[in-house]
Amino acid sequence: MASTIRVRATSSSETTEVQALIQHPMDSGFVKDSKGEIIPPHFIQKLTFEHDGKSVFVADWGGGISKDPYVKFSFKGGKKGDDLKVSWVDNKGATDTATTKIQ
Amino acid sequence: MIMRSAIHFAAAAIALALAFAAVLPGVAADTIDPVADAKAFRKFFTDKFPKVKLEDFVNGPYSMDEDLHRQWEVKEQFPPYEFSLEMGKEMFSKPFKNGKSYEDCFPNKGIGIRQNYPYFDEKEGKVVTLELALNRCREANGEPPFSYVKDEMAALTAYMAFTSRGKPFDIKIPNDPRALEAYQNGKEYFYTRRGQLNFSCATCHVQIPGERIRAEVLAPALGILNAMPIYRSEWSGMGTTSRRFTTCNSQIRGVPFNPQDDEYRNVEYYLSYVSNGLPISGPGARP
Amino acid sequence: MRNLLIAFLLLFGSVPLVLAASSEADFKAAYAAAEAANKEAGSLRNQWTVTAAALNAAKKAADAGDFDKAIASSKEAEALAKASIFQATSEKEAWKALEIR
Repeated sequence: MASTIRVRATSSSETTEVQALIQHPMDSGFVKDSKGEIIPPHFIQKLTFEHDGKSVFVADWGGGISKDPYVKFSFKGGKKGDDLKVSWVDNKGATDTATTKIQ
Repeated sequence: MIMRSAIHFAAAAIALALAFAAVLPGVAADTIDPVADAKAFRKFFTDKFPKVKLEDFVNGPYSMDEDLHRQWEVKEQFPPYEFSLEMGKEMFSKPFKNGKSYEDCFPNKGIGIRQNYPYFDEKEGKVVTLELALNRCREANGEPPFSYVKDEMAALTAYMAFTSRGKPFDIKIPNDPRALEAYQNGKEYFYTRRGQLNFSCATCHVQIPGERIRAEVLAPALGILNAMPIYRSEWSGMGTTSRRFTTCNSQIRGVPFNPQDDEYRNVEYYLSYVSNGLPISGPGARP
Repeated sequence: MRNLLIAFLLLFGSVPLVLAASSEADFKAAYAAAEAANKEAGSLRNQWTVTAAALNAAKKAADAGDFDKAIASSKEAEALAKASIFQATSEKEAWKALEIR
């Protein structure tokens, strides 16, 4: 199955800029379907970006984050060729992970 | 269905007769002149927004507002329509149960042809849109048609638009009175006010592009279909031209027609024609 | 002034008592008129969503036995339908005023 994570990281001087697009329904649990029944909550609870064994970005999410979330941030450090690992866990216990090389 | 078409034809004929009979000051009401219309349409918008490059009109609200433009440029590096586009590519290459595929229904195997739609089918005597052609392809090959307003049709048209990115709209109106009538009906639909809120398409997209309706910045009508289908943040998903036409109707409290009803096919024909020469930018993203 | 107000209220306050005698027959007539107008709007390809909503409200009220409310909603639906007919017919010419030339 294709990965749900698209990630790109580019490094310049001392900072690395990261962009990620994650495919996930992010159902809040408050929306009803066309039959009037609640669509059960199904959303990413923890999103982690790791570089060199350390977490450089951790997000604790709830149902308020939109579907297919897009994240952009920068962190100090990182250089071309380094690995950047992204992983998420959702409220159903599902996970996905992806690794990319910093450009 | 035939009865309805007859009524449409009759109503259109009456409307046309009235249009021709009416004395419009300073306008030759005798002929339908799409070339003159397109020229005037383009001039109206380039005069109104002199700083916007012609090809940038296809980016709608992003060419109307600097801050929106900046945010959009960043997001285009990882566009929200990516998942739908990939799904569309997969769907397009997967054969039907009978072994044939979409390739067999379209010129050039369906690649790089989106800018030619809609076209006027002289055998049928009606406008054929890309969405309609896709479903007809499916049905001709024993597959059930897709809903015009859901994800599958959006994904397929997203892929086809992607293969035509950058190509200018090239809509043709053959020298056939039925084609001219369809074009004219589409034009009339575009300017006709409807719904309890009494809006026409022109009310927002001709009278006040660049201004806001609630929190949204309005797109100009020139180039407005070039980015279709679009991932709309409002929908949290991908939507077709049919979806936009129908939801717009209900937003102004008019009961929408069925997707791909004559009115919608004709207005798509009109809007695409007057945007001839502007590049396909789809699939797009919008707020 | 206060007496005038009371007299006013008494006068109009008593009206519902008269209307409470509305029958299902009255509702059916009002509803049929509204439906017919909405159907005509449909043939002109210009129905409003609020007309349908008013018709639904009328039906719902009638099902609950509240014929006053049902008739009021029916009359509203008819008025909305007639407005949509007027819109469709006048727009046949009026659209030209918006056209870019």
